[in-house]
Amino acid sequence: MTQSFSVVGKPLPRVDSMDQTMGKTQYVDDMTLPDMLVGRHLLSIHAHARILRIDTSRAESLPGVRGVITGSDLPITYGILPISQDEHALAVDRVRYVGEPVAAVAAVDAATAEEALGLIDVEYEPLDEVVTLEQAFADDRPILHGDGLGQNVHRSAALEFGDVEEGFARADYIREDVFFFGGNTHAALETHAALASYSQTGKLTLWSSTQVPHYVHRTLEKVLELPAGRIRVVAPAIGGGFGGKTDPFSHELTAAKLSMVTGKPVKINLSREEVFYAHRGRHPVLMWIKTGFENDGTITSMRFKTFLDGGAYGSYGVASLYYTGALQPTTYRIPNYRFEGVRVFTNKPPCGPKRGHGTPQPRFGLECQLDKAADHLGIDPATIRRRNAVEPFSTTVNHLRITSCALVECIDKVVEESGFAGKHRQLPSGRGVGLAVGAYMSGAGLPIYFNDMPQSEVQVKVDRGGGVTVFSMATDIGQGSTTMLATVIAESLGLEPADMIMVTADTDLTPVDLGSYSSRVTFMAGNAAVVAGRKIRSRVVQAVADELETEPGSIVAEHGRVGVAGDPDRSVSWADGVRLAIAATGPLVESGGYTAPKLAGSFRGAGVGISPAYSYSACVVEVDCDAATGIVKVERVWLAHDIGRALNPLLTEGQVEGGVYMGLGEALYEEHAFRGSLHRGPSLLDYKIPTALDMPPVETFLIESDDPEGPFGAKEVGQGPLLPVIPAVANAIHDALGVRIDEVPITPPKIVAALREVSRGRPGRVGPVTIPDYEFTRLTRVEVPEGFVTP
Amino acid sequence: MTIRLPAFDYLTPETLEDAAQLLADPERSVVVVGGGTDVVPKMKRRQITPEVLVSLSRIESLHGIRIDESGACTIGASTTLAEIHDSTVVPEVFAAAAGDVASPQIRNSATVGGNLCLDTRCNYIDMSDSWRQASGYCLKDGGDTCWVAPRSNKCWAISSSDLATVAVALGGSVRLTSVRGERLIPIEALYNNDGMSYLTCAADEILVELVLPRGNGRATYRKLRRRGSIDFPLLGVAISARFDDAGMCVFARIVLGGIASAPLRAIEAEEFIVGRQLTDEVLEEAARLATQPARPQDNTDTGSRYRKWMVSVFVERALGDVAGDRA
Repeated sequence: MTQSFSVVGKPLPRVDSMDQTMGKTQYVDDMTLPDMLVGRHLLSIHAHARILRIDTSRAESLPGVRGVITGSDLPITYGILPISQDEHALAVDRVRYVGEPVAAVAAVDAATAEEALGLIDVEYEPLDEVVTLEQAFADDRPILHGDGLGQNVHRSAALEFGDVEEGFARADYIREDVFFFGGNTHAALETHAALASYSQTGKLTLWSSTQVPHYVHRTLEKVLELPAGRIRVVAPAIGGGFGGKTDPFSHELTAAKLSMVTGKPVKINLSREEVFYAHRGRHPVLMWIKTGFENDGTITSMRFKTFLDGGAYGSYGVASLYYTGALQPTTYRIPNYRFEGVRVFTNKPPCGPKRGHGTPQPRFGLECQLDKAADHLGIDPATIRRRNAVEPFSTTVNHLRITSCALVECIDKVVEESGFAGKHRQLPSGRGVGLAVGAYMSGAGLPIYFNDMPQSEVQVKVDRGGGVTVFSMATDIGQGSTTMLATVIAESLGLEPADMIMVTADTDLTPVDLGSYSSRVTFMAGNAAVVAGRKIRSRVVQAVADELETEPGSIVAEHGRVGVAGDPDRSVSWADGVRLAIAATGPLVESGGYTAPKLAGSFRGAGVGISPAYSYSACVVEVDCDAATGIVKVERVWLAHDIGRALNPLLTEGQVEGGVYMGLGEALYEEHAFRGSLHRGPSLLDYKIPTALDMPPVETFLIESDDPEGPFGAKEVGQGPLLPVIPAVANAIHDALGVRIDEVPITPPKIVAALREVSRGRPGRVGPVTIPDYEFTRLTRVEVPEGFVTP
Repeated sequence: MTIRLPAFDYLTPETLEDAAQLLADPERSVVVVGGGTDVVPKMKRRQITPEVLVSLSRIESLHGIRIDESGACTIGASTTLAEIHDSTVVPEVFAAAAGDVASPQIRNSATVGGNLCLDTRCNYIDMSDSWRQASGYCLKDGGDTCWVAPRSNKCWAISSSDLATVAVALGGSVRLTSVRGERLIPIEALYNNDGMSYLTCAADEILVELVLPRGNGRATYRKLRRRGSIDFPLLGVAISARFDDAGMCVFARIVLGGIASAPLRAIEAEEFIVGRQLTDEVLEEAARLATQPARPQDNTDTGSRYRKWMVSVFVERALGDVAGDRA
């Protein structure tokens, strides 16, 4: 069936872009309230220490200081996951990383607040630090969360689907590889900020630069012990998130508490350095992959071990851990699969979700190993991927339901457009091309806390003048969710997106959407909007049909009019149609909800990786490498993305380009690195995000597979396109120079070191060789799903 | 959040004499500021907390570029890097190097005087106060240990001025003024290979102008950095050289920046190439010799081993630049 759309599929500008471009958009730090105080945090200068004593009396007596709080003022723990309630807003008894907030001050101005921080006396008793994986697995180091000495394992997982040994037994070729993916961080342009105002009537309002107002709402309720109905959380315009604003953060709680203590509004805007410490970025992951192949490249079996350095707290870590094993089978038919992973605690800022959450690291290892295997088997990189590609409407060995899937079309597109076949192994030395693919969820199948309520709700209210107001807690962090919702509703009603009045991300005004994470908003809020829009439309259509004395089936709503299709004389304006509907059936207010289908298997960990649909991407990167300096110039990137349907191709391409940019940064530049437990450079000078001059041209191809459950067939684009970029760079560098850098980021020193090895007759490789001697226990064996066909 | 500056007095004398007087104040800690792109971040990080900043911006005579009858190019200390980059009269290599510094926005503010006096850098000191407190203040920061080389009693912070490296290669001079009078010294003599007292001039001397002699040879500057903009040099190699009609090198200066606490002359390499034609073998040997004095430390990006390797690569390439077709 060919659908025709009026606004879906058009490259329209964002509904909020003019204000942003003109600098009129109000971010939290632009906001002021009468009598507003400025809040600041005192940071720990120890990576691991007991707090023996905190004396705030000198700070409190400084003129201009209105409030000082410490950990004992906010004793209730919290954390984004119900199973990881291990954080305090301000450290209680112990600090676990340099930069952890220890006390908070509110004062009449920033200078006073900062001066007061210097007057807080903290007495520490330093403890042994746990910084490396080895130290975390040692049994003679202090346990970060608990007392005494022992291993600092946060969580481990061991799952086997099918029979990996059987699979290896029938392999013609088995290879084992070890990879390391270094940590990196989001580096959103807007630093985290929160403004809290506690009123005389006992109502708290928090404006925060957050991706998850609903979860912040719940956290405030828990930690402040206020009824949820007395708390309002608003996410105004957000200057980028990328997963870095998806946890509840200390400053949100301390701003609120300080406002309650002082009776005045309190704003806390983190410094760039504090944002590096708040972190929740990409976990450093050490990986071991053992894969069996038939001679034609068909995968027979795979074992995947991951070791995650989680930093000091849980955050999303349990989910991150399972994600390092979950999505490998969504691109390739792996008939037998064992995943073992472990996350440890270390005295560093906590890691969490960053664009691709837990999947870019294994994707890097998997795609590099596949290239190595193809090389050995004499198969070209595109063929080995096509040969193993998952089929649409199939089930993976780890029980993930695949619906629409244009993986092969994506591969074909980038291979053809880039001239890959004519370039791979054929360009002059120093130049090369690399291919890789990826897949990502269109929203996590389950909410973060167990409940049976819709994952997204959208409300639409239509004014008697025809004005349409859309209410949704979906949070626009720059990805364009507000424009997406306006587009979906406008399409349903035959109106223009720019005419929609959007009220978003406000717990007082908007019905729940769980937040902007896991690429869930277009799919889930979009589907909820489709339902709400359809209800409004059918009421107006019915009323107009009655008025024109015809059947509703003959009525269309388009271009601002409602009437008989093809007969302009028998139609009314949208506003007239609205008035008819209100007169006939009452207030024109409707809502829609979306709940993902129940997809989770019954085994432990089955909740991670399920999604109502997966996006697919394929990427070719062409590089020009300077063998003497190791400097890599990315010449061009071709990226094909199975978007299901591009609701707005302009925004979709923007997301692809953003993903490519971030992927290149991770592949070549960015490193959230430490000297011992000290961050090597918590600033945008030392943390190397690429500049405009480092960004190559990107050719984007949108492949529309029309997902049966997506809103108008759409799937996600916010995260997926990043995934293949990083291994495609690594594979291109190998094609250019013949060396393998099995470690991200691929920096010039590593490339030169590998080439020097080659010149000494040794293998041209830089990367880890061994994995920790950690024994995974309690292996869960899971039957292959019903109907799973072994290739 | 914007990091706040500590309190200070900001003075804007309109004559050099007044500025010199202000700097001579023995009672107060005074620091000269040009465009502020080095001094202001350091104050924000509380690396320095002067009571008084003396801005040179209102002193007319310090602005602008002049060519005198000998062909020498004099650049006033307050001339911005953007102005130098856009200039058609300053030696080409110097203008190009000015364009390699930092980013366009910073070059609109940063001055040549400030760049030549740029404080030595190290990623143990160019950090916030609380980071430095956590690491334990280093030698340059009032502590007693250099964290880069804990057994050393010297500070290893890095000379990170692109223009200093080029100016030394070009044989430039700087004019300094204080209440005691004025002096013109070779710019090479301005620098000390010591991360703490990296300038030889007195604290109350003002760098008034840079004088670059008329160039009659070839010159080049190559900068190693991670990104296409913003970054300080991980290594800078500036070379000026002259050749006779037979293609024989008759004069050479090879200067390494970003590798020591001062621009470093590779004297052995210079001596080696003088009297020779720059064949591939000569380039390679000169590059090897130039690497010998380089002792980069692990106190900026990419580590010490790589930067040492890169000295020979960059010197060889830079020599290739000046050798041209080697005719």
